[in-house]
Amino acid sequence: MKPIISINSLYKTYKSGFKALENISLDINKGEIFALLGPNGAGKTTLISIITGITIPTSGLVKVNNFDVIKNPINTKSVIGLVPQEVAIEPFETVLSSVKFSRGLFGKPQNSDYLKKILKQLSLWDKRNTKIIELSGGMKRRVLIAKALSHEPLVLFLDEPTAGVDVELRKDMWGIIRSLKENGVTIILTTHYIEEAEDLADRVGFINNGKISLIENKKQLIEKMGKKTLSIHINNSIKNIPNNLKKYKLEISNNGATLIYNYNINHDKTGITRLLNDLSNENIILKDIKTNQSSLEDIFVDIVGK
Amino acid sequence: MNFYAIKAIYLYEMSRTFRTISQSLIAPVISTILYFVVFGTAIGSKIENIEGISYGVFIVPGLVMLSVLMQSITNAAFAIYFPKFVGTINELLSAPVNTSDIILGYIGAATTKSFSIGVIILITAHIIVPINIVHPIYMILFLLLTCFAFSSFGFIIGLWAKNFEQLNLIPMLIITPLVFLGGSFYSISMLPAFWQKISMFNPVVYLISGFRWTFFNFSDFSFSISLFAIISFAILCNIIIFRMFKTGYKIRT
Ligand SMILES: Nc1ncnc2c1ncn2[C@@H]1O[C@H](COP(=O)(O)OP(=O)(O)OP(=O)(O)O)[C@@H](O)[C@H]1O
Ligand SMILES: [Mg+2]
Repeated sequence: MKPIISINSLYKTYKSGFKALENISLDINKGEIFALLGPNGAGKTTLISIITGITIPTSGLVKVNNFDVIKNPINTKSVIGLVPQEVAIEPFETVLSSVKFSRGLFGKPQNSDYLKKILKQLSLWDKRNTKIIELSGGMKRRVLIAKALSHEPLVLFLDEPTAGVDVELRKDMWGIIRSLKENGVTIILTTHYIEEAEDLADRVGFINNGKISLIENKKQLIEKMGKKTLSIHINNSIKNIPNNLKKYKLEISNNGATLIYNYNINHDKTGITRLLNDLSNENIILKDIKTNQSSLEDIFVDIVGK
Repeated sequence: MNFYAIKAIYLYEMSRTFRTISQSLIAPVISTILYFVVFGTAIGSKIENIEGISYGVFIVPGLVMLSVLMQSITNAAFAIYFPKFVGTINELLSAPVNTSDIILGYIGAATTKSFSIGVIILITAHIIVPINIVHPIYMILFLLLTCFAFSSFGFIIGLWAKNFEQLNLIPMLIITPLVFLGGSFYSISMLPAFWQKISMFNPVVYLISGFRWTFFNFSDFSFSISLFAIISFAILCNIIIFRMFKTGYKIRT
């Protein structure tokens, strides 16, 4: 499948001399949901701004829908919708005129039915004649989403769409993102909420200090990086690990009532069988056992920590 | 050419005007009436006719120019400064629009607005002192050109300004003195020879002279010089705007 966005050896050095992006190469496939994760200041917004034509790259090639963002900006921009990180909307305009403006700006003739549908989906229809300044923060964010969707983009960028948004709206938003994907829209989102990426994304990219450190299919990523832990709850709590069990590097927790064993699912031998055997040899009676897979968050902390 | 975008920007800007219609129209009209009361009536009655035209009528073209220049500059400067200030400029930068679309939308709206104000001031003036315009077609053409040229100039200021102080600096510090010294309230030929020479370097002199010609069929300079000056200025400003957008100057990081 041909990628809808392809980035090749992209560098961005701001006028201050700050290197915000270094040697970024990345392909985004048509129709996928791609989550870009990284700490504050990693370069997520910079990368999005370059693809959307707001920021000028220092060097490298960025193509959207097979057009170069520098040479054919009109072609690339007309297929992209952007929900920016900063909530910036003209304060004295009404919701509806704001959304209409965006649709016109992106070269589409007005279509009241379509705009009505979007505003209803985002629970903004009742507020359509309200001035932006009179809306709450979460509602303003919805207006930004409505503005981005108003011109029916093929590619949608969501730069931290759910920051400062309540649980209900977040669920609504996830629903909208999924239905957009069903309609073939490619979605790139940045977020600090790992659950969001874990729930929604097909692939995940990690960016730190302006460098992409890992791009993976989410499932593979979790499995590959996936350390698992086995929590063993025992009947009689113990203070020290018996000598015969030292090799398993068990951790004692819960005042000796729980033993924790770390293993990797991808190794040929996880050691679980031997451990359980040795436990029974030591006359340790098991009450319950539980396994845990590391979440994207654990992986994220792991990668960023390096 | 993105027709829908031009229309969207133009209508959006015009709707801003209508939202603040009282400030947009009443302020320039009132200040013009004040000028009339002070210069036209109070002082003007003591001044003899200039080339057979009463002083109250003589100052009308200059007064219209004064308001129109200020309005064009401040409207266009604000129209693009505000999105920069609020952050909505990013939407414009990420939209599939050419510089020419942006110019037609924003500067078109600013031109429309200041032209309307110019016409309203003319009508107000006409009610106070009946005016007979000798070359009405040239008058409208010249007024439109002036509105467009100075809206373009204001647009540059709006793109350039980093804060509200800078936004007001140029109109206050440069345009107001140039207009006052540009013969709004007198004919250059009334000045001593030395000051006449100095005035030749004030571009606004040619504007007011040309505009006055369309009213009374006499002027300090030939109308074609004035026409040439305003067209060159408009072209120069628009070249600068194109360059600013192309290089991303102060707009794109
Ligand atoms: N206009 C600018 N001039 C100079 N440096 C900038 C500019 N914009 C951003 N930076 C710097 O570039 C780096 C990346 O910023 P960016 O906004 O891309 O981070 P981010 O990953 O989006 O962070 P966050 O999660 O906080 O939104 C930061 O160190 C920031 O200070
Ligand atoms: Mg950011």
